Amino acid sequence: MKQRFLNDTNLLLVFSAAILLMPIWLSPLGAAYPDLLQKFAIYGIFAIGFNILFGLTGYLSFGHAAFLGVGSYAAVWSFKLFTMNVVPAVFFGVIFAGLLAFLIGYISLRRSGIYFSILTLAFAQMSYNLAYSVLTPITNGETGLQLTINDPRWIDSMYITVEEGLPSTNLFGLKMSGYPGFYFCAILLIVCFFISLRIFRSPFGLMLRGIKSNQNRMNYTGLNTKPYMLSAFVISGMFAGLAGSLLAVTDPLAGAERMQWTASGEVVLMTILGGVGTLIGPMLGAGLIKYFENIFSSFNKNLLHEVFSFLPDGVEDVVVQVVSLFVGGGWHLTLGLLFMIVVIFLPGGIVEGFQKFGGVFGYGKNKNSDSSPQNQAAE
Amino acid sequence: MEKTKTPILLHKTKQLSEGRHMENLVLHLDNIQKSFGGLRALADVNLHVEEGKTHAIIGPNGAGKSTLLNVCVGRLKPDSGKVTFDGEELTGKKPHEIAQIGVARVFQTPEIFPELSLLDNVMLPALSKRDGSFRFNPHLAMRNQNEIRDEAEHILGDVGLKEQMGMVAGSLSRGDKRRLELSMCLILHPRLLLLDEPTAGMARHDTNATIDLLKKIKERGMTKIIIEHDMHVVFSLADKVSVLARGKIIASGLPEEVREDPLVKEAYLGTAQE
Ligand SMILES: Nc1ncnc2c1ncn2[C@@H]1O[C@H](COP(=O)(O)OP(=O)(O)OP(=O)(O)O)[C@@H](O)[C@H]1O
Ligand SMILES: [Mg+2]
Repeated sequence: MKQRFLNDTNLLLVFSAAILLMPIWLSPLGAAYPDLLQKFAIYGIFAIGFNILFGLTGYLSFGHAAFLGVGSYAAVWSFKLFTMNVVPAVFFGVIFAGLLAFLIGYISLRRSGIYFSILTLAFAQMSYNLAYSVLTPITNGETGLQLTINDPRWIDSMYITVEEGLPSTNLFGLKMSGYPGFYFCAILLIVCFFISLRIFRSPFGLMLRGIKSNQNRMNYTGLNTKPYMLSAFVISGMFAGLAGSLLAVTDPLAGAERMQWTASGEVVLMTILGGVGTLIGPMLGAGLIKYFENIFSSFNKNLLHEVFSFLPDGVEDVVVQVVSLFVGGGWHLTLGLLFMIVVIFLPGGIVEGFQKFGGVFGYGKNKNSDSSPQNQAAE
Repeated sequence: MEKTKTPILLHKTKQLSEGRHMENLVLHLDNIQKSFGGLRALADVNLHVEEGKTHAIIGPNGAGKSTLLNVCVGRLKPDSGKVTFDGEELTGKKPHEIAQIGVARVFQTPEIFPELSLLDNVMLPALSKRDGSFRFNPHLAMRNQNEIRDEAEHILGDVGLKEQMGMVAGSLSRGDKRRLELSMCLILHPRLLLLDEPTAGMARHDTNATIDLLKKIKERGMTKIIIEHDMHVVFSLADKVSVLARGKIIASGLPEEVREDPLVKEAYLGTAQE
């Protein structure tokens, strides 16, 4: 027990160091700018939470974007009504997402397998359509919910002298843009990782794994599986709500498209790509997908011509033509290929890849092989 | 033809059981009926089991033996009739509620957690028993696992699977899966243990080990129902035997009596030995 606890501590330390030092070690990859780093952290939280449901219980939700969206709306409303301080915004985001998750989970968990997935998808699409049309007074429909000069901001208006223009989100005065914004998200990410680690190692986590493996047997040993499933669902919904509120913290607006099914699908891809049911897999998957989305999509033909300028002219044109299919607007194509390769050759995701890699080369000094025994223990 | 025979047998059944021991009946199955479509799997079954005793149910394939256990653990709802255990009615309760009352079952096809280690397989039921009716106390959930782990290891030792306890359960042989499932039931310390062919697929040596283990549990006063095709097991363990054929109990009594019953020979032993 003690031995394993130490390993977990190391894992947490390595994880924290890797996250906090991202601005340094990601700069050679061209990804060390705050906007993108924030996205890594936020979608990492989203995926880690999703993995608590999908990885442990095997229940595949296709509706988690609904919680992301609700988190954003709640946060923006907190900015509008109360204060630009991010603490209440995050709080409300988590709470409202948790409430919605309770509602959706309570109904969807009456079914399992594909029917569960379809129910969650239906609920999320319903939420999307509501946000888009019926609930316009709350969501501001198509335009999206934004801050305005005329917002009441009751708490702020009592203590802070009104400045010109739109105020910015802050943590007790510290502006939440740029690097401070990233570090705020990063610290919450580390907290979330810690919670997920504890859940994975707890009897609660073991029970969820038992439900995944043989729900019947769990019932016949005396476990009422429903409330456990529902708690897993609500917890993962709250993680999604936190991620949604952080999206609003770093950029205070919320639109219905955040709830669309593509966003629900994205977190499924992240988790599978990184490694379902592993501790660090979802974070890796989230990072990779956001990296592709932001870096690959920004490549254009001019840049490619520069890169391949060492080739003879005719060849260069051909190469650029081919490669340009996979970058810029075509980054989805690259992602699709990568996803296929991972699912076919590494069904355990990137983490499994690292484990195989670690097995071939022995345990090297890099962090991935360092953490792989942990992940084995987690499965 | 059957209709004329059955009442006589039932009458005989009553005589046998009433004559000897009336005291301490804990499990009652009264007038259980269950049909699947047109098929009458259970036609008015009455069974009463004494506390601390081992009651064997034998009968040809398709007689309705497993269906009877399914009715007991809440997997199936009977069309009519009721099951009571120790004064509590089990019919209509959910499987997890029945398990919490103290009824555990070894299934005919082993129900284990194939992806998890043997140790986890045995620890999980203990955790279910402890936290089954939802308690979400993260602090408690972190502590007290060592005791459960120790007990799980001990029980795995009892069934002879301790060396393999780190292995993944899905990779076990059929007989070993059964022993694992048995240990998953034992850690629950059930008051009533239902065993559906617990030695099927085991080598002779392991069968004997299982018989010894079940005898040992008997000393602790656990009530058991055991379904078996292996007569060696039945006659080593059973205090009483009931014979089920085509959804009806056609005879019931001490093992020797049932063995000698000509109708039983015809209905069951005759067909089974072909
Ligand atoms: N869920 C079900 N749906 C339909 N028919 C069923 C179901 N369960 C059992 N049966 C039928 O009920 C009859 C009794 O089945 P049961 O499994 O109880 O027999 P058994 O005595 O356990 O036989 P065996 O010795 O082969 O295990 C069989 O004819 C079987 O096909
Ligand atoms: Mg059977």
